[in-house]
Amino acid sequence: MRRIILLTVIALSILSMSAIAAEPIKIGVNMEMTGAVAAYGQMGWEGLQVASELIPMEVLGRPIELVLVDNKSDRVEAATATTRLIERDKVVAIIGTMTSGNMLAAGAIAENYKVPMIGPSTTNVLVTQGKKFSFRACFRDDYQGQVAARFAYNELGARTAAVLSDINQDYCVALGKEFVNEFKRLGGRIVAEQYVRTGDQDFSAQLTIVKNANPDVLYVPNYYTENALIAIQAKALGIKAPILSGDGADAPELIAIGKDAVEGLMHTAFWHEKAATNELGKQYVEAYRKKFNKEPNAFGVLAADSLLIVIDAIKRAGSTDPVKIRDAMEATKDLDVFTGKVTIQNGDAIKSVVIREVRNGQFDYLTTVHPD
Amino acid sequence: MSIEIFIQQLLNGISLGSLYSLIAIGYTMVYGILALINFAHGDIFMIGAYIAFFAVAIYALPWWLAAILTIILTACVGMLIERVAYRPLRDEPRISLLITAVGVAFFIENLAIVTLGARPKGFPVPAMMATNFDIYGFRISGVSIWVPILTICLLAGLLYIIYRTKIGMAMRAVAKDIEATRLMGVNVDRVIMYTFAIGSGLAAAGGMMWASKYPQIQPLMGMYPGWKAFTAAVVGGIGNITGAMIGGLIIGVVEIMTVAFFPTLSGFRDAFVFAILIIFLLVKPTGLMGEPLKEKV
Repeated sequence: MRRIILLTVIALSILSMSAIAAEPIKIGVNMEMTGAVAAYGQMGWEGLQVASELIPMEVLGRPIELVLVDNKSDRVEAATATTRLIERDKVVAIIGTMTSGNMLAAGAIAENYKVPMIGPSTTNVLVTQGKKFSFRACFRDDYQGQVAARFAYNELGARTAAVLSDINQDYCVALGKEFVNEFKRLGGRIVAEQYVRTGDQDFSAQLTIVKNANPDVLYVPNYYTENALIAIQAKALGIKAPILSGDGADAPELIAIGKDAVEGLMHTAFWHEKAATNELGKQYVEAYRKKFNKEPNAFGVLAADSLLIVIDAIKRAGSTDPVKIRDAMEATKDLDVFTGKVTIQNGDAIKSVVIREVRNGQFDYLTTVHPD
Repeated sequence: MSIEIFIQQLLNGISLGSLYSLIAIGYTMVYGILALINFAHGDIFMIGAYIAFFAVAIYALPWWLAAILTIILTACVGMLIERVAYRPLRDEPRISLLITAVGVAFFIENLAIVTLGARPKGFPVPAMMATNFDIYGFRISGVSIWVPILTICLLAGLLYIIYRTKIGMAMRAVAKDIEATRLMGVNVDRVIMYTFAIGSGLAAAGGMMWASKYPQIQPLMGMYPGWKAFTAAVVGGIGNITGAMIGGLIIGVVEIMTVAFFPTLSGFRDAFVFAILIIFLLVKPTGLMGEPLKEKV
């Protein structure tokens, strides 16, 4: 009799254990599915869907469940969505948001609850500054400027450079400053440093100064509208130096407005499908094309990277305790993700940067610059 | 700065300034006749650029036809604005009209953002504008040669209308005294409508020229050119058409030369332009060529 009871107890406890084991691990997804920048959230969610088909969606012997909440492209909603995911859905980590502004609001909440959050495409420097639980799966704004300088100096062989940045945008000014510092550190010389303003349409005065300084490369870390007009006017003035820009140039309007004047314009970017050299990346491109029947974009693949980073961290932490997951995320080193390899340092992803070039009216892949 | 760069910058300045002149003429004409600063002028300029864009890029009309159509349609828009927003307020205090004009400007801008989308569109530049010339080593774009020619032609045409035609005479009469003109049996409403039509037609010409030089159109494209042309009109003496032309050139050259002489201050170029506006309003409110203000009894 005693034996039977013992067996029953053991059987029951095994059963209950497996019942606990089957309980899914929930990862929150806080995305801009509607509202002003819905395109980013939609692309991010697409990337997560593709990723969850490609990789085993289980860790520590338990299935992984993604819980999606729409933050309506709004800072307050982004914060509320974070609270909801943590309080009600008991998620162990959160992927999102896509934009830096929303991440700053949501990250503050996650910080209080001590749950790690990873923004796929939040490039603003402040996102991870002074925060333990905020991460990002992309490079920082200022890192782009450094990479552009290294690319100009090493690959283009430029020894003199001119910078024309938009004084109205912190993003553009930061990129310009980082470019100048790094280019000088490498031994290059800045021959002209000029400013424009968002909405300006005439750049002839600044460009005449640039032309006279005769730089080997012209760095314009601005948004696509200004860049298109700068390229047109640079060409009209007869400036021959190659033009280099940041990811702000990445929009179809750059080519629609700039036409043949932007041919040969290069810019730093997160990713290009032709830059997918590892097995995971190739699989992603193929699966994405098959599922959505369109060109894969950087936002989707960065969201997919975020998922890999989180799952890997849970695995190494060997626990679903968010604090332990956070520590494991911070310790991520040379992890293979869809865009290549990633190492995390102070919440920031150290990744390679892709250089794209406008060729025959399209953004084409030029090369990849790896971190030092 | 070497003399070559100075001349290149001067050419840049004249090229930009002649566009301001073109817009400023429309501003100043409406003011000269109605004493109304039509703040929506810059937005009518934007409408002109969009009409030309649709005519050429979407309906594939030849450029000459598109240009004529654009000027006519934009003139109609101008008349509509006058009819709906300004005429009902004609007997109200001047300040109500001014506020309405600002309201109309915001209305048009936001309507355009909603209906046309805020993302910029590439403007199809006519071939004769797109070529760049190399003259003695100086680079001049085709637009920069055509704009001053066109501005002078339009100026001559406008002066002809105002001083040599019957409607022009009526306009001058309205400018002097609306009530007296009405008593003389002139249909004042019609005269004012024509004034708006001509002013808006000029804005359309300016919009097409501007978009040919800076081939990117978006709903807020008229804002800064509008403000600068307004500054040009004030500098030249608001109400004086030749003054607007000179004012435009001055603003364009000052803007470029600010950057040319103080390259480190290139971010402040607009600040300099609007500082000129303030200085003129303080020191010489009638502008370079304006008549001294006379109090009406």
